[in-house]
This record gives sequence, structure tokens and C-alpha cells, in this order.
Amino acid sequence: MDLKEIIKPENLVYKRTECLTDKTLSYCPGCGHGTVHRLVMETVDELGIQSDVIGVASVGCSVLAYDFMDIDMTQSPHGRATAVATGIKRCWPDKFVFTYQGDGDLAAIGTGETIHACNRGENITIIFINNGIYGMTGGQMAPTTLLGMKSSTTPYGREVELMGNPIKITELVAQLAGTYFVSRQSVHTPGNVRKAKKAIKTAFENQKLKKGLSLVEIVSNCNSGWKMTPVESNKWMEENMFPFYPLGDIKVEGQLVQK
Amino acid sequence: MAKLKGAVVVDVERCKGCELCIVTCPQKVLANKAAKVNSKGYHYVYMENPDDCTGCTNCAVVCPDGVLTVYRIKI
Ligand SMILES: Cc1ncc(C[n+]2csc(CCOP(=O)(O)OP(=O)(O)O)c2C)c(N)n1
Ligand code: SF4
Ligand code: SF4
Ligand code: SF4
Repeated sequence: MDLKEIIKPENLVYKRTECLTDKTLSYCPGCGHGTVHRLVMETVDELGIQSDVIGVASVGCSVLAYDFMDIDMTQSPHGRATAVATGIKRCWPDKFVFTYQGDGDLAAIGTGETIHACNRGENITIIFINNGIYGMTGGQMAPTTLLGMKSSTTPYGREVELMGNPIKITELVAQLAGTYFVSRQSVHTPGNVRKAKKAIKTAFENQKLKKGLSLVEIVSNCNSGWKMTPVESNKWMEENMFPFYPLGDIKVEGQLVQK
Repeated sequence: MAKLKGAVVVDVERCKGCELCIVTCPQKVLANKAAKVNSKGYHYVYMENPDDCTGCTNCAVVCPDGVLTVYRIKI
């Protein structure tokens, strides 16, 4: 059968959402940031909130997220995204406000802002990309780096005596009364992408309820920082990241479902 | 039984040749081993075995760069 007979508007089943700008993403080939950008913008598209959503980009590889998401967006100093989002949400309580942060941003320099925004129960959404290192600056150790994991500042692997333990910040904020929905997902297979999309959509829809903060962590690859091909990095992530950062919902409708 | 036939359109300039779609495709439709590259030097993806595509969208769903548009018909 001729492909031309299939490639017709009436047979379309999947296309890139128009809530993304036309710019080519600045991310490395195969980086999960791109997939998560698309899922957030598909959510905005499907909820019909393109003119009612305000994003806060952070510092890290996704510092330029406002170039790629065709919505109102600002960018905050390192770690302060949830504080900036708090201000925006309190000025415009009916807008959908979200932050998009890496693990260095959210769980290192921004730990204080993150925990207190979660504890205050701000009605915002946090999209948290955990790739286990500082991607943008050259793959240094982050609080999320696994024990034994190599990074540019732990060339022999992270040691607990010298560098302490990795932090599960997502489980930590799930314990706080202010969080309403907390989930951990990944975007490395079609099934996982679809689950992550569902979680992101729930996290945005929750803002209408005004019952607290929703956070979705995406365990993602940094193939450049991990020094692997994209395909190898996803396999490494399954074998090494998921046992420590298990996927699934952690808190739903204000109730812990996982301890 | 109705059969599904699919087709994938590649936005060649957007593709970074990461190969995630290739390993994801259950029908082994996609490849990027041709000598051709796009203007950035990436080995872009193309349909190597177009007859086997079912239009399942899995490739497009995992592509970080929004390169793939998928069409499907029932025959
Ligand atoms: C106040 C301040 N301190 C340090 C930096 C340097 N810096 C830029 S990006 C970054 C780490 C970002 O890592 P992460 O949040 O994990 O995001 P990724 O790049 O991995 O997506 C750091 C430390 C900065 N820009 N501002
Ligand atoms: S350095 Fe890592 S996190 Fe940053 S774009 Fe490249 S792969 Fe993605
Ligand atoms: S997943 Fe996307 S960017 Fe990667 S090779 Fe396939 S089409 Fe190209
Ligand atoms: S639509 Fe499905 S069968 Fe067709 S190329 Fe993509 S993954 Fe393969």
C-alpha cells in the first residue's frame, strides 16, 4: 500500500502539540527533558489552559524552557522557583502555576524553598526532573546521586562516609500536610510516558481544587553526564535508579499510598 | 479481521538520531543507518520497513524532540 494513501489529515493519530514553540530543543539527543516538556505542553493543550497557565523555569539544562513552551513563563534564580511560583499564584489564584526544576535546583540549593512551599500547601504544581546529577554544569554529584554512582566530582563513586546519603526528597515532601498529590514516574518507554502524562495532568487539574501542592518527579536520564548512549542510559536507569527511586504514586488526594 | 496500517512522517531537521524510537518500535520499522545526515550532522530516522508499521504511535510517544507524526488506517 502506498504511504501517500495513509498520510492524510483524516488518518492522523499523533502529532507534536502546538503548545510547544517551533524552536529546536537545546537538550542533548535522547534527553528526557524534551519528553517531559512535551507532556507538560500536551497537558496544557488538552486542558485548554494555554492562556491561563504561568510557568517558572529554574536553573539547569532547562533554564531556557520558556523558549520552548508557548505560554507565559518566567525564570527564577537557582533553587527559588517555588518561591517565585508562590508569589505568582498568590497574585493570580485562578491561574495554573507550575515550576519545572532539576534535582540540583530543587533538592540542593532550593531544598528550603521546596520544603516550605510544600509544607505551606501552595496550590501549585512542581515538575521535578531527577537525573541524579548536575547536568548543565558538567555532571557533578547532586544530593540525589546514588551511592556508588560515578559523577565528575565522585569519579570513584559516591561514598557514604565522605559524601553522605542520597536524598529521597519526593518521599520527604509527601510526609508534609501541605502536599495533596505526589507521584514518581519516568518517560523512557511508551507505557511510562503515558503514565507520566496522566500524573502530570492530575497535578495540573488539582489546582482547581485548592487543596494543596502537587508534585510529579520524573526519574530521567542524563546520558551526556552519565557518559552513555541514550539507549544505554535508559537501561542503566532501569537497573540502578528505579530500585532506589521506585515509580508510582506516593500520595493521592492527600493520603499516603506508599510509606 | 481488520488490519491496521500506519505511516510515520519524520521532521528530518528536528531529529537528533538518539535511536530511542528505533529500539521502541515493536515492528522494527525504523532505522537511521543510511549515510545521509541532516544539516546538524545527525543520522536522522527513516522508515526502513514501511510495510510493517501499524501506526501504534509508540515511536512518537518516546521521541524527546517531537520529530514524528503518525497516521493510521484500518483496512
Ligand atoms: C546561585 C547559583 N549557583 C550555582 C549556579 C551554577 N549552576 C548552574 S546549573 C547548576 C546545576 C543544575 O543541575 P540540575 O538542577 O540537576 O539540572 P539539570 O541541568 O541536571 O537538568 C548549577 C549548580 C548558578 N547558576 N547559580
Ligand atoms: S546534560 Fe544531561 S540533562 Fe542536560 S540536556 Fe544533556 S542529557 Fe539532558
Ligand atoms: S527518538 Fe526522535 S530524535 Fe531520537 S532518533 Fe527517533 S525521531 Fe530522532
Ligand atoms: S507507529 Fe508503531 S509500528 Fe509504526 S514505526 Fe512507530 S512504533 Fe513502529
